[in-house]
Amino acid sequence: MIHARAESVTRRFGATIALDHVDFEVRRGEMVGLLGPNGAGKSTLVGLLTGSRRPTSGRVELCGGDPRDPASRRTLGVTPQETGLPASLRVGEVVDFVRAHFPDPLPRDELLDRFGLSDLIRRQTGGLSGGQRRRLAVALAFAGRPEIVFLDEPTTGLDVEARRALWESIREFHAGGGTVVLTSHYLEEIEALASRVVVLAQGRVLADDSVAAVRGLVGIRRISLTSAVPLTDFDFDGLVSVERAGDRVHLLTPDADRMVRTLVSHDVPFCDLEVRPTSLEEAFLAMTGKDAQ
Amino acid sequence: MTALALIHARFQITEIFRIPIAVVGSAFWPAASMLAFVVPFVGDEPVYATYATASMITFAVMNTNLFQYGIGVSEDRAQPWDPYVRTLPAGTAPRFAGRILTGLLMMAVSLIPVALIAALFTEASVTPVAFLLAVAVCAVISIPFILMGLSIGYALPSKAALVVAQILFLPLAFGGGLMTPPGGAPGFVENLAPYLPTGGAVRLMWAAVGDFPFDTGSMLALVAWTTLFGALAIWSYRRDEGRRFG
Repeated sequence: MIHARAESVTRRFGATIALDHVDFEVRRGEMVGLLGPNGAGKSTLVGLLTGSRRPTSGRVELCGGDPRDPASRRTLGVTPQETGLPASLRVGEVVDFVRAHFPDPLPRDELLDRFGLSDLIRRQTGGLSGGQRRRLAVALAFAGRPEIVFLDEPTTGLDVEARRALWESIREFHAGGGTVVLTSHYLEEIEALASRVVVLAQGRVLADDSVAAVRGLVGIRRISLTSAVPLTDFDFDGLVSVERAGDRVHLLTPDADRMVRTLVSHDVPFCDLEVRPTSLEEAFLAMTGKDAQ
Repeated sequence: MTALALIHARFQITEIFRIPIAVVGSAFWPAASMLAFVVPFVGDEPVYATYATASMITFAVMNTNLFQYGIGVSEDRAQPWDPYVRTLPAGTAPRFAGRILTGLLMMAVSLIPVALIAALFTEASVTPVAFLLAVAVCAVISIPFILMGLSIGYALPSKAALVVAQILFLPLAFGGGLMTPPGGAPGFVENLAPYLPTGGAVRLMWAAVGDFPFDTGSMLALVAWTTLFGALAIWSYRRDEGRRFG
């Protein structure tokens, strides 16, 4: 059974196309990661599915209805951007405000306790640390006993302990039959929870696959080395792109081990070898740059 | 539904009152205008002081609503909290009603000092019946300005809303005859004023507190303005989706 769906959805902002004929489906009880660099269209897609935006064309559906109809949102939970919490209001007041919108909300103390916020109930949200705000934002998504939640980078910036605790409560929710859509621009965050990943880039679905498959697609490494030889003359398998800055050459590839072996077996003279993971932004830039050639 | 409207109102009011200078700010300007312009110049003349107080109250009604909704709403829309509230399972009604309740309270906060200054420091006087009538008129004339503010707030980004509200409020105040006693404005203003929203509003106030004749044409114009701003407010609210990007 489909819990949320976008069918050939296009969303324009003036001349900019934020989403370009996107198809996306979440089945009931599923945990899906929505991965993409900044500006890929993730938040626009979530906005359409949660009723805060309207598509330019195409169809969106939530719990079998139009997400813009409040009745379709009765079992929906969404994280607000934690920078947007009303700064002068107290944690307890914000929680009560959100709870008041739902027919059968979680008791306040239970919710605060579950997300480790009980001691902060009297604190103004403007005075919370980044991690505390993040936890409050996630807690708000669960305030109304939802059946489907959209969590935006729920654990980014949290310390290890808080992150584990949060993962645990998200898993618990999912184990109890809840549907989860996680958006992030870190594969690591999605990997910890979801098995299916939908990759968005430049407003299109680039991949809809397992975490392992997506890791192969976006898990690009940067090999940097100094070499007097112009490396572009070699035909390297799996090379995504080459950048040269003076003597320094940067090779982007999904398989760094193989690339280094190839360099060695070709007797390429090099020194100062460095291998680093790339950010999702870099990976996408390299991939789309290659497509354009 | 109404309970939710009260919850939205309380949330907004708490937010405003946690920053007391914002409350003081909106009460200061109409009170200061009373002390600077009305008390020293017409304070001793019962009839003129009464009319001038009515004008100042109309001015405060326009001023608070135009800025409170025009700028307040458009700034709210720029905050990431606003699109989040749109995902909660409430229709638009409680949010809207909450905003109106908050606006009415803020308006009362800015009007009470004006009324107190008029009572304590001028010869202005009204009968109890006229006073109650004036309170009712205040509620009625706030409607077009609330709708006007909402139209601006929902249609424009906050910087543009600020400019538009500032550009509108002086011509509206002067053109509607709020700065001059009844019949005392330059000729073209006298001809135009009854048909401006401010002019219609202040004429209704004058009629409530003094012998000013009730002007049917001017009232029809005020109803027409109210309908127009209502349609504009609904239209801009419906097309609004908060921030454009993100």
